[in-house]
Parts: sequence; C-alpha cells; structure tokens
Amino acid sequence: MTRYEHGGDEFIFVELAEEMSLEANFKAMAITNKVREKQYPGIIDICPSNASYMVRVNPDLFHPEQLIQELRTLEQQVTIDDFEISARIVDVPILFEDPWTHEAVMRFRDRHQDPNSTDLEYAARINGYQSKEALIQAITDFPYLVSMVGFVPGLPWCYQMVPREQQIEVPKYVRPRTFTPERAFGFGGAFAVIYPVQGAGGYQLFGVAAAPIYQKEPTLPDFQDSMTFPRQGDIFRYRKIDRDEFDTIRMQVEQGTFRYLTKEITFTPHDVIQNPKQFSENVLGRLYR
Amino acid sequence: MIKVINPGLQTTVQDLGRMGYYEIGMPPSGAMDKYSHRAANLLVGNDEFAATLEITYMGPTLEFQQDAVIALTGGDIPPRVNNTPVSMWETIQVKSGDQLSFDFVKQGARVYLAIAGGFEVPTVLGSKSTYTLCGIGGYEGRALQTGDLLKVGDGMQRPVRVGTCVPKGLIPEFSRTHEIRVIMGLCSYRLTDESKDRFLSLEWTVTPEANRVGYRFKGERLNFVPREQPFGAGSNPSNVVDLGYPIGSIQVPDGVEPICLLNDAVTGGGYATIATVISTDLNRMAQIKTNEKVRFLPVTLDEALEARRVLNDRLNQIKQITNK
Repeated sequence: MTRYEHGGDEFIFVELAEEMSLEANFKAMAITNKVREKQYPGIIDICPSNASYMVRVNPDLFHPEQLIQELRTLEQQVTIDDFEISARIVDVPILFEDPWTHEAVMRFRDRHQDPNSTDLEYAARINGYQSKEALIQAITDFPYLVSMVGFVPGLPWCYQMVPREQQIEVPKYVRPRTFTPERAFGFGGAFAVIYPVQGAGGYQLFGVAAAPIYQKEPTLPDFQDSMTFPRQGDIFRYRKIDRDEFDTIRMQVEQGTFRYLTKEITFTPHDVIQNPKQFSENVLGRLYR
Repeated sequence: MIKVINPGLQTTVQDLGRMGYYEIGMPPSGAMDKYSHRAANLLVGNDEFAATLEITYMGPTLEFQQDAVIALTGGDIPPRVNNTPVSMWETIQVKSGDQLSFDFVKQGARVYLAIAGGFEVPTVLGSKSTYTLCGIGGYEGRALQTGDLLKVGDGMQRPVRVGTCVPKGLIPEFSRTHEIRVIMGLCSYRLTDESKDRFLSLEWTVTPEANRVGYRFKGERLNFVPREQPFGAGSNPSNVVDLGYPIGSIQVPDGVEPICLLNDAVTGGGYATIATVISTDLNRMAQIKTNEKVRFLPVTLDEALEARRVLNDRLNQIKQITNK
C-alpha cells in the first residue's frame, strides 16, 4: 500500500513498499522519470530511492497537496511493463580484505555484533556460507542494479539481481563507525555500497574499490561530465582482484588514464524479474565480450 | 580584499544553497538561517542569492583592505569595528584598514555578514556555498583560516543608504528554550503511540553534536512498534529500507537520541524518519546552541504554509525599507 507523506512544507515522500524488491525499485524509477518529463512548476529535486521516492517542491509555486494528487494519478498510470531502461554495465574492481578497511574494521570491533570475527567472516556465517571465500564468490558472481544514489555525493546503493532466497542480507553496525576509508566496499541490509569519500558509516566492510566513484576535480575521463560516477539504473559487476591488479589500477588513476570498462545496455524490468540468472549471464557476456 | 586575522570558531562562505543535486547525494549546504542571510544581503543592496559569511558561536576578526558597505544580521554576537560597538541589522560603512571583531555570543548561534557586491568565490554546481565534508565550494572548500584573503564581488544591484536599519518588529529574537514546528509523518508509524506523544511533550536538550550537518538531542529513549523487519531493511527496529531524507527530517537511530538533519546532512539512509521541521523554522534551528532546550510542536501543512507566507511578507517589508 503506497504511502504519501509530507516532509515539512517542501518535501513529498512516497513509499511504494516497505520491503526491498526490484519491482518497487523499477516502479519508483518509472514514476520519477514521468515526473521529470512532466516538468511541473516549482519542482526543485526528484530523488528516486530504493522502494520509495521523494520530490522537493517550492510550495509557493505548486501546492504540495495538488502535487500529491498528480503523483497518485501517475502511480495508477505508470507500469513497469512498458518501461525501458538505458544504462551502463560497469566492471568495478574490488580488493577484498584489503589492509585499509581491515584497519578500520579492527578499530571499531566494540561497535560490532561479533567483536571476535571480521565483518566478512561474520557476514559469511550468518548468511550460511561455509567460508568467507564462498561469500566473496556469491558477491562477485552476479551483477547489481544501482537502485539509489545518495547519502553523500555519488554513493551507489546496489541491489543484487538474484532471486530473493539467494540474496545476501547483513545488519548494520550496532553503533556506526566514525571513520570509513575512502572507496571502502561495504554491505548493509540487502545493499552493497562504495563509500565515495572518507567519513562515518555503519555498513559491514568487506574490501576497497580500486578506482574512485567520485572526483571533486576531474582528472579521469569518466568524470568529465559529472563529479559522481554511479547513476540509478546502472548495472555494476563487482570483480575480485588481487593486489597486483589493484596497484596497477591505482597507478592508472594517479596518471589520469584509468577508465571503467563499461558497455551500454537497454533492458526492461521484465527481463530482470522474469529470469535474473539468465539476465545476469547476458550482462556478463556483454560486458566482457 | 578582506583579510582573515582570526577565523573564529567556524566561518564559512554561504549563499542560498546548491539546489537540484539532491538525487546524486549532494546536500544543498547554504545559509542555515536564510531569513538573516537574505536580510543582510538586502541591507547592502545585493541579490538575495549573493554569498555572505556565516559566523558560528565565536566571531572572526577581519581586516578590510578596501572601503566597503556591510551588514550583520542573525543571532546576537555583538560586533565591533576598531573596537567600537556597531549595530546589527543596519547598513554600515567601513573604511580600508578597519578591523571587524566580535564579543561573546549573547543570544542565537549564527551571524551573517553581507558585503555590498557579495563575497567572490568560484561557483560550483550553481552555488558558492561551502560543503566541508567533500571540500566543495566556498573558500577552497573549507572554513576560513588565518591569512585567507576574501575577494569582494560586483554583485551589488542598487545602493542602500548607510544607516538603513531593519525595524525591531522584523528582527527575530532567540531565547534559550525553543519551540520548533514540525509536520509529523514520513515513517512515524514505526513509533509506538506513547513514544510519539513523548517526542512531542518532552523538552529535548541539544547535545554538543550540533552543527551544519545536524542537531542531536538528549531526552529519553523512544520505542518502535515491534515487527518482523521487512526484507532489506536491517535488523534494528529503527531501520527501514534505505530511503531519502528530507532536509529538516528527524530520525531516532536505535530509539536513543533524535537527530534533526540540516543543510550539510546525508541525503538518504536506512533510519526511520518521524517528522520534518517546517522550512521557516529551519531558520530558528540555525540559532540554537548546545545545551539549549527544544520542544517540537506539531502543525498541519496549512499552518506551515501560513508561516511561510508570514516570513515572505516580512522579507518583503525589509525589501521595501532597503529600496527607499
């Protein structure tokens, strides 16, 4: 049951579902696309999120109650059946169990559910994996949909495109850390994230991304148009790399030559929901062809 | 040029904010007390969007290396020019070589210094506002430091007669106890009815964690309605599937201490938000200090819009006064 709520006099928050699902995410994407097309007066921000979305409006120009009426109408009209997504498939290299996030993990053991294991060991155990290697394999075997961008500039929430029973779910730290290294790769709830900049954070930390996803001053070709790399609807494949490859990528980043391996793709929500496994195989085939 | 002799506690360049980038996680930043920011700009003949200095708790010492017309508004941190007290909420002339300094804060928390022409720093994504977490905007993306040299822009729209002042009725007053109006909702259904009542009846104390990112409050634990957590939310009863956070929204991680998110806050996350401060009262939030008391007063959307109309009307009155 969709909930329409006022966030003060300027924000309208619309929750399409309480639980996360690809259906809810695609629906939010489809509705917010329509809101953008409609070019209503006074709209300041349109923020699609995981199973909800938010609109910020200047109420002097467009009465929030009237906007809610419009959004309700859109909710009825918009379906994910005739909705096409044009996005990028991206290879995102991750060094698991790296020294930098490991240091942060150890520093905040007292804020963790299980102070005696690492975040990766803990996540593997509660998700029923035999070893942390098995969990890493599950994380890297199937690609993710960038289901929301936010928190800080460019942080992607990534939702793995596998059937529900296969999805990894972990709790957030009992009390958030005050420090997370830049580019840390983490997991919280059902979402994988990369922290674009150093800062606070509460997700379980598994590794570090080799390349940036945010650049204040662009030195890399991928950042010429925007400081932030991830876009909602992108498909990220997290690939496990070793220290040698990590160091090579770091050098390319320093030299300004690194470029994400990306391929364009157009797909429908139906393609994903109907057969996630098939879709994943197609995606990976296309990316590395 | 204006030379920073002493930066004060935290002095940043701010305008009305970096709008339209919330969906990529870029908070608007901008002046916390927009009423005072706007009034200061009007008093020096600037566009309301022109960059001012936002001064927090302890004022800076600044040396003017050129003649300038300035105005100081906001909370009461008594200003002095060459050690002689000067008025706030008034158009003031300063000369090259003059030094501006401040006494201890008497009421409120933030002062806005506008200069005819505005402070000139690079525009980043349409705004000059400082966002320190990512080092964007303002003066080199950070709060001012000793030795910084601030440039004055050419954004003055019309001259304002020196001595023009905002009448008393239009100057906000700040005490140590505050009533902040909120619209309840968002995910407030997650709180028990009793905790919802307690949230609104309790006098909350502002903790030392009170800055441009947000204000944290001490009071008592609030409780969430028990449930089996929906898929993807995380296990704590205060968790929801990660969603967008409106500016001014209040969350209660683990039920322990409510946090009101402000201009430099994170744009989304996984905590249930229970209410949002109405836009006009965000100006008042900006003037609240650590250890002061806050009560949250629920209002309807219509009441919030009426408050907005009243505030716009007051700004229009200031506009007329400064246009003479």
